[in-house]
Amino acid sequence: MPIQYYLFLSLALFSIGIMGTLMRRNAIIIFMCIELMLNAVNLLLVAFSKMYNDSSAQIFVFFSMVVAAAEVAVGLAIIVMMYRKVHSVDINILNRLKH
Amino acid sequence: MNAYELIFWLLTVMAISCALGVILSRNPVSSVLFLIATFFAVSGHYILMNAQFLAIVNIIVYAGAIMVLFLFVIMLMNLNADTEPQKNRLVQLAGVVSGGILFLVILAALKSSTNNMLEQTATDIGLIKNLGKTLFTQFVLPFEIASVLFLSAMIGAVVLGKKGEEGTA
Repeated sequence: MPIQYYLFLSLALFSIGIMGTLMRRNAIIIFMCIELMLNAVNLLLVAFSKMYNDSSAQIFVFFSMVVAAAEVAVGLAIIVMMYRKVHSVDINILNRLKH
Repeated sequence: MNAYELIFWLLTVMAISCALGVILSRNPVSSVLFLIATFFAVSGHYILMNAQFLAIVNIIVYAGAIMVLFLFVIMLMNLNADTEPQKNRLVQLAGVVSGGILFLVILAALKSSTNNMLEQTATDIGLIKNLGKTLFTQFVLPFEIASVLFLSAMIGAVVLGKKGEEGTA
């Protein structure tokens, strides 16, 4: 399997994540698209780890999962807090940082 | 086309179509379910590349923990109706076009890059034993720092999520 196939697959997933981030107005969906982009990068790291037969890249994937988990916990807490204040997760309403 | 390539293409089609489902479905709950399916397809790719440990961690952490958290938040906010106001058509079109242009530019840049082959031989670098050795010898300091990161994220989430008194939160 040529390495390019994995490059193009993760590029496609990353671009879909960017399109979703730009298209949607729901803050939670935008957050999920960011997770999708993180996963695309992880996939590429694993492919290169297999290509160079080196396990450091897989450790990097492990750490990026750790950071993603922490990020989701804090980000969802922020979204819940904003929802309590303005009763919406629409980013066009959340764009003021102050109410 | 042998079985390896067949599985590769099946997982690729599943990953991309489910990723499109994430951004196109109107209902946030079905978006979450599509994203879980995408993560399963990516885990299949990991298994195909002999990264069994990461495949399991991907399923447990992403599909198991993170997406359940998303689902909880969506259901707590009662967003599981498709009441989301849409951006106007022009902004949506601009988003698709700019994403597509990024895709095309990087695709054109990478098209003539190295054509190394990924061998289909079984390697054991993705097994827990070897990854654990690397993690606890070469990367032991980042591992400890990650625990501090988790602790601060946990405290931050609790502090943010707490129902504060009016005016303080």
